[in-house]
Amino acid sequence: MIRATSLIAAAGLLTVALAGCASATPAASTPSATASAAALAGDITVFAAASLKSTFTDLAESFEAENPGTTVALNFAGSSDLVTQIVAGAPADVFASADSKNMTKLTDAALNQGDPVDFATNVLEIAVPPGNPANIADFADLAGADVKLVICAPEVPCGSATAAVATAAGVTLTPVSEESSVTDVLGKVTSGEADAGLVYVTDVTAAGDAVEGIDFAESGEAVNTYPIVALKDAASADVAAAFVDYVTGSAGADVLQAAGFGAP
Amino acid sequence: MARVSGSYSGVPRWVMILAAVGAAFVLLPLVAMVLRVNWAEFVPLITSESSVAALLLSLRTSLAATALCVIFGVPMALVLARTDFWGQKVLRSLVLLPLVLPPVVGGIALLYTFGRRGLLGQTFEVLGVDIAFSTTAVVIAQTFVALPFLVLSLEGALRTVGTRYEVIGATLGASPTTVLRRITLPLVLPAVLSGAVLSFARALGEFGATLTFAGSLQGTTRTLPLEIYLQRETDPDTAVALSLVLVVVAVLIVTVAHRTGRAADPRAGAAS
Repeated sequence: MIRATSLIAAAGLLTVALAGCASATPAASTPSATASAAALAGDITVFAAASLKSTFTDLAESFEAENPGTTVALNFAGSSDLVTQIVAGAPADVFASADSKNMTKLTDAALNQGDPVDFATNVLEIAVPPGNPANIADFADLAGADVKLVICAPEVPCGSATAAVATAAGVTLTPVSEESSVTDVLGKVTSGEADAGLVYVTDVTAAGDAVEGIDFAESGEAVNTYPIVALKDAASADVAAAFVDYVTGSAGADVLQAAGFGAP
Repeated sequence: MARVSGSYSGVPRWVMILAAVGAAFVLLPLVAMVLRVNWAEFVPLITSESSVAALLLSLRTSLAATALCVIFGVPMALVLARTDFWGQKVLRSLVLLPLVLPPVVGGIALLYTFGRRGLLGQTFEVLGVDIAFSTTAVVIAQTFVALPFLVLSLEGALRTVGTRYEVIGATLGASPTTVLRRITLPLVLPAVLSGAVLSFARALGEFGATLTFAGSLQGTTRTLPLEIYLQRETDPDTAVALSLVLVVVAVLIVTVAHRTGRAADPRAGAAS
């Protein structure tokens, strides 16, 4: 608010100054004025799945840097929370979901501007505490009697992926806890409470040294696809569309793949 | 001489208006929730296997937590109300900390205390007690957040009742334990009861610390609030129905607490 006011004041001063010296060549001010007229301007709010936190924070910063005059506010939470909020009227301009199921809830409510575009994929990986105390080597080891395994509950996306992978591997998992979010699973592993957890590859990358990741062949059975879409009621429709293009474009792909996401 | 008429309430009208707004603020969300309940499916939703398991687990663990609160909370309140020692004020603030602490923070603190790699984790492992992901962990989390409620309400009652009768009892030769058993506890019994009911209610609603510390598994650690949180992901109808069950249980508890408080009032009045 303060920034906007001072901007208007500055613009006013500039006009007065220009009018005062009509003979002077406004060489310095003209190009920037044309540029800002052609360039994007406006504020958008992006609702993005919690697993996109670090990547979207980076992308929003570089997007703002490339498009001065735009600001991107970010709101991260579980995809189902976000879509519930948007359908209930939350002021979002762009929605990036961690699965197509929650994106469908949004398109069913006809709140999207254009079709959702898939921009990333994610697969499960076994996360174990540093040192791998339970000596987990592959997916079948997770079913061991002494292994304290924590997974997502089947009601949430990471949990349905877990169920699909377990079925494909022919392994019956007996977890000690079924958490309602992948961050809770990761938390139980990083704190050493659990011997192993099933989280996304990107969670393992983001956790750094706090956990060790173990790939397994069956992970390909449940590939999560991330779609993004601009919303119909976007306050700055062109900025929202530009941000979607930015994420689905090469800049987005670079950042996402560095964080461990796969290409759609 | 002030004339006290029967109808005089002494509450200014503007206070009443503000009170009405405040009451509406609390009641409207409840009304909104009741309006969202799918009544046709209500009974099947709340009697599903997972719902019943969650409700029973919640009642069981909350009762255990309340018992622990009474066992440890009554002595804590007595020490805080009846003794005077250096650092007592600081100690009281610290003991009451779970009242203001976000439950998630409580859960993290418990994890670093009773977790497998926590301060006491090794000790319990040696004793063969496995707290992680067990119902014990739920009870610990609930006791942690509920204990201050009993301590706070009982300490206040103890200070209000005063020490007159206790001093008389002691001068007549009663031992401290006899004074406690025959004089102090009967005097503050209503406060113990209402404090216990408050603790039970707090334990029943416990969510954050349980989620962080105990995990979530049907029948073992997934209490009613955790079940509601999970069902909300896929089945909002069940979440709303279970929320209503929790509200009804909470209303019953508050009513019982009020009743016990009022019923015991004349006795307290007669005693003083």
